[in-house]
Amino acid sequence: MSDSAINTNSSKNENIRRIWKVAGILALITAAEFAFAFAWPDTWSRMPLNVWFIILTLAKAFYIVAEFMHLKHEVKTLILSIVLPMAFVVWLIVALLAEGSAIIDAVKNFWG
Amino acid sequence: MASTISVSNKNIWNGGVSPLKASYGKLMMWFFLLSDAFTFSALLISYGMIRYMHPAYEGNYSEFTFANDSSNLYWPIPEMVFDAFPFFHGVHLPLLFVGLMTFILILSSVTMVLGVEAGHRMDQKAVEKWMLWTIIGGFTFLGCQAWEWSHFISGSDAGLTYVDGSFFQGANLTQNQYGPPLFADLFFFITGFHGTHVFSGVILNIIIFYNVVVGTYQRRGHYEMVEKVGLYWHFVDLVWVFVFTFFYLV
Repeated sequence: MSDSAINTNSSKNENIRRIWKVAGILALITAAEFAFAFAWPDTWSRMPLNVWFIILTLAKAFYIVAEFMHLKHEVKTLILSIVLPMAFVVWLIVALLAEGSAIIDAVKNFWG
Repeated sequence: MASTISVSNKNIWNGGVSPLKASYGKLMMWFFLLSDAFTFSALLISYGMIRYMHPAYEGNYSEFTFANDSSNLYWPIPEMVFDAFPFFHGVHLPLLFVGLMTFILILSSVTMVLGVEAGHRMDQKAVEKWMLWTIIGGFTFLGCQAWEWSHFISGSDAGLTYVDGSFFQGANLTQNQYGPPLFADLFFFITGFHGTHVFSGVILNIIIFYNVVVGTYQRRGHYEMVEKVGLYWHFVDLVWVFVFTFFYLV
């Protein structure tokens, strides 16, 4: 519990500094997303860019949930009871997108 | 009968202690947010599948033009649709306005944590100040969203001339200047559902702000209610981070 974003034991200034640090990281990641969106060359495939966007988004999500929502500093059982169901849902999203696109292709190409 | 109420060391789930070291209210907020995340995940899946059903734009990004042939209504590049900024009529500024909205919401999340931090120190004046900034940030975001919606609904000057010669500007639930009507439907539904969450968040924040001002939590001895609405507010910010990526960037 010692490295908590909001910890009653640490000093006021230290807590506030940590909050602004996380805010700075979030702003930097968003700025990076912009830079990539504009700088990506026209002729390159967008696929790696989109993967990179998703990675950056998950990084932002981690900082918001872990620090702002304080989940990183909760009891392990609480962390798991939030993160595990969400991990299954992420898998559900991936599975439904993959299976769904296969079904759409099959229906579209039904008559050849 | 002291023995019957003493806590068994064998199983912490038998009562008498809080195994998750969090209050009932906070836990319920967490599980509500988890179930809300399921709903947004369902919207994300719908978006992915509907987009997959439509043809994609094939050419170079810099030469992008909107689809005007109803036999090939390809999906638009979102940043080409949302390229307007207030007071800069007709200037092509992709992503700039939605980027500003993202910053506003992240910033209001920061002021919310600062409010929660002040609550831990029982500093009523500081909680009031940061809650008020959070509410202002929320209203600013909603105002931006209203502008974005009205611009999307009224459309750009270029409009769209279909191959049959009919002309249409803007978007509604059945017609869309920028491409497939379902693109407009998904825009209205996803940003609308998120906007409703922001609006409820602002209302909750105002109620809690009122309680802070009249000293309810000072008398109660803790500011846990601020933490609970804080969790909700951060979740709204979190959802926007995903909407920004999957609706505007990808």
